Amino acid sequence: MKHTIAILVTDSPGVLAKIAGLFSRRGYNIESLAVGHTETKGISRMTIVVEGDDRALEQIKKQLNKLIDAIKVADLDPYNSVGRELALIKVKVDSPQHRADMIQLVDVFRAKILDIGDQSLIIEITGRQDKVDAMIGLLSQFGIKEVVRTGKVTLARGLKVVSLPKKAKR
Amino acid sequence: MENVEVLFGYPGGTIMPFYDALYDEKDIKHILTRHEQGAAHAADGYARSTGKVGVCVATSGPGATNLVSGIATASMDSVPMVAITGQVPTKLIGTDAFQEADITGITAPITKHNYLVKDVNDLAHTVKEAFYIARTGRPGPVLIDIPKDVLVSETEFHYPKNIRLVGYKQVHTGHASQISMAATEIARAKKPVIIAGGGMQIACACAELRELVEKAQIPVATTLMGIGCFPEDHALSLGMVGMHGTAYANYAICETDLLISLGTKFSDRVTGKIAEFAPNAKIIHIDIDPAEIGKNVRVDVPIVGHLKETLTELNKVIAPGDTSQWLKTIASWKEKFPLHSTNPDMLNPQHIMEAIYKATNGEAIIVTEVGQNQMWAAQYYTYTKPRSFITSGGLGTMGYGFPASLGVKYAHPDKHVFDIAGDGSIQMNIQELATAAYNDLDVNIVIMNNGYLGMVRQWQEMFYDKRYAATPLKGNPDFVKLIEAYGGVGARVTKQEELFPAIKKAINTDNVCLIDCVIPPEENVYPMVAPGACISNMFGVGQ
Ligand SMILES: Cc1ncc(C[n+]2csc(CCOP(=O)(O)OP(=O)(O)O)c2C)c(N)n1
Repeated sequence: MKHTIAILVTDSPGVLAKIAGLFSRRGYNIESLAVGHTETKGISRMTIVVEGDDRALEQIKKQLNKLIDAIKVADLDPYNSVGRELALIKVKVDSPQHRADMIQLVDVFRAKILDIGDQSLIIEITGRQDKVDAMIGLLSQFGIKEVVRTGKVTLARGLKVVSLPKKAKR
Repeated sequence: MENVEVLFGYPGGTIMPFYDALYDEKDIKHILTRHEQGAAHAADGYARSTGKVGVCVATSGPGATNLVSGIATASMDSVPMVAITGQVPTKLIGTDAFQEADITGITAPITKHNYLVKDVNDLAHTVKEAFYIARTGRPGPVLIDIPKDVLVSETEFHYPKNIRLVGYKQVHTGHASQISMAATEIARAKKPVIIAGGGMQIACACAELRELVEKAQIPVATTLMGIGCFPEDHALSLGMVGMHGTAYANYAICETDLLISLGTKFSDRVTGKIAEFAPNAKIIHIDIDPAEIGKNVRVDVPIVGHLKETLTELNKVIAPGDTSQWLKTIASWKEKFPLHSTNPDMLNPQHIMEAIYKATNGEAIIVTEVGQNQMWAAQYYTYTKPRSFITSGGLGTMGYGFPASLGVKYAHPDKHVFDIAGDGSIQMNIQELATAAYNDLDVNIVIMNNGYLGMVRQWQEMFYDKRYAATPLKGNPDFVKLIEAYGGVGARVTKQEELFPAIKKAINTDNVCLIDCVIPPEENVYPMVAPGACISNMFGVGQ
């Protein structure tokens, strides 16, 4: 089963390597990873998707909690959270007809066109992993030149937040 | 500020400003080892035998990488240690500068935490945090890497009183409801057994353990790391459990209906085949590290807590127990399956450990190398005090014992400190003879000389058709002459009657001593559980 783990970390040198190293050392494969700043200065949030049973998940969480740089670790319930990925896709355009087909597809998926070149388009799509996968699948018949995807980012629904313990806030 | 009395280290280019400051330092002694690995193990031995933080120092690059085995050894056995390394100047970091190594990257998996200090204003609080992290919670090594330019920069010195580490959680007493659940299980059990691990020594919870055991009449087995936390001459002691544990400890685990494990990580060397480990038992596991609970074995009553505080609470609620029937069964196993050497008529490891016990009235601190010597040292000396058996359990680092014994001796100048060695292991850090001789660290080295990398040879005998590939130690030096060359005192013992006088002489000699004991080349460590087998399935029981 896939699990989505959110980790708040201090912005200190080597944190990313320490967290990623922990996963590989303990034999857990990272499926996707996203990192960025948070609402609090000096704190970043990592969202990591891993495959594993409940016991493996429990162990990952406990091991992450032992890292001094990891301030908070939470696994996000898939039924009670929203998650999104983003992909940029460069496709080759051979003819006007071809271009029209693609624009139609972009409309249906509520994607965006970011760049129109002589013989290429860059398409941006945001959504759940299956939607991004489907878009890439359909575009592949037109000849994809390049794909870049972010890892998944997730927030819990409602008022629930993954935030710093009280004493950490100044 | 941290009351450090001694550093074990080795200088070099980038750490020179640190050493220059030490030159005028009166309160901190520096012991120059002959290899950085020796410095790390010496700091580790100092720490294990005292519970204080051991400190080692090295220069950047090769100096730092030479510490790695020592840091990993300390990490596996939860030893409080701070390692200080020099680093190339900040503006050269990342350029493959001379003697640059990414030591924080290299040691990330083998430290509890590490730091690269890029600004002198961060130095004081980093040192404070490092010592705090090293010694609290589940202890472990912390490395501080300091670039040379930071070492020479100046700032106003301010040592913080408090530290703020939001990502570092401390646990204290276990949950009251879990503790009462444990008490209920203990009251109900007919055949309870305790396994006490290294965490017991770290938590200094030995008195609390004894109270629990005597009140509820529960027999106690220790892991290799737990040896000494419960007196082995006590009627309720089962000795060591696991791959080379006593038959009665292993049988007790297989029969027990309630296993109470205290401060142990359920290493594969303890459990054997997990599926057949304590098959009839409910398991109570008390540990300070939540990640150890449920990691290797299923647990029925998990308790996260400091062992001393948690056992104190548990002792308040347990009822006196009657396990006399169970204790009778165990007593009969003890009588039927005692530990014994298979070469009773020749000078053997059992004689050696028993003679050391007798010569020191059981007051020695025994440090070991790794291999058969380590297991025999664990089996044949009767340990009655915590921190009296010092060994590399988790990593199994050959070459650990001798330098570690120097740190032990530094901390305990009035104790008899023995390094029990194999003829292989002793040669892994034998250069430290100079450190011992020069600093008057009069440790007694006892080599159990079988002319083989004995433990590996034993596996070859049992599992590889006696094909002794790369295990005969051809080309060994004359160890007696060797120690004499360093200014120490040596003796060779080949017969039983020479043994006791040689040990007596060594402990009465104010100098580092080495006794080279020639033992039967193919003596094996028994009992033995084959790796991955059930622990009741032992070779070498009861012949
Ligand atoms: C640094 C290191 N290298 C290799 C090993 C693998 N190993 C485990 S026991 C052993 C043999 C030890 O031989 P010796 O020191 O002579 O002790 P004996 O087993 O003969 O008592 C070896 C090579 C190890 N534990 N540590």
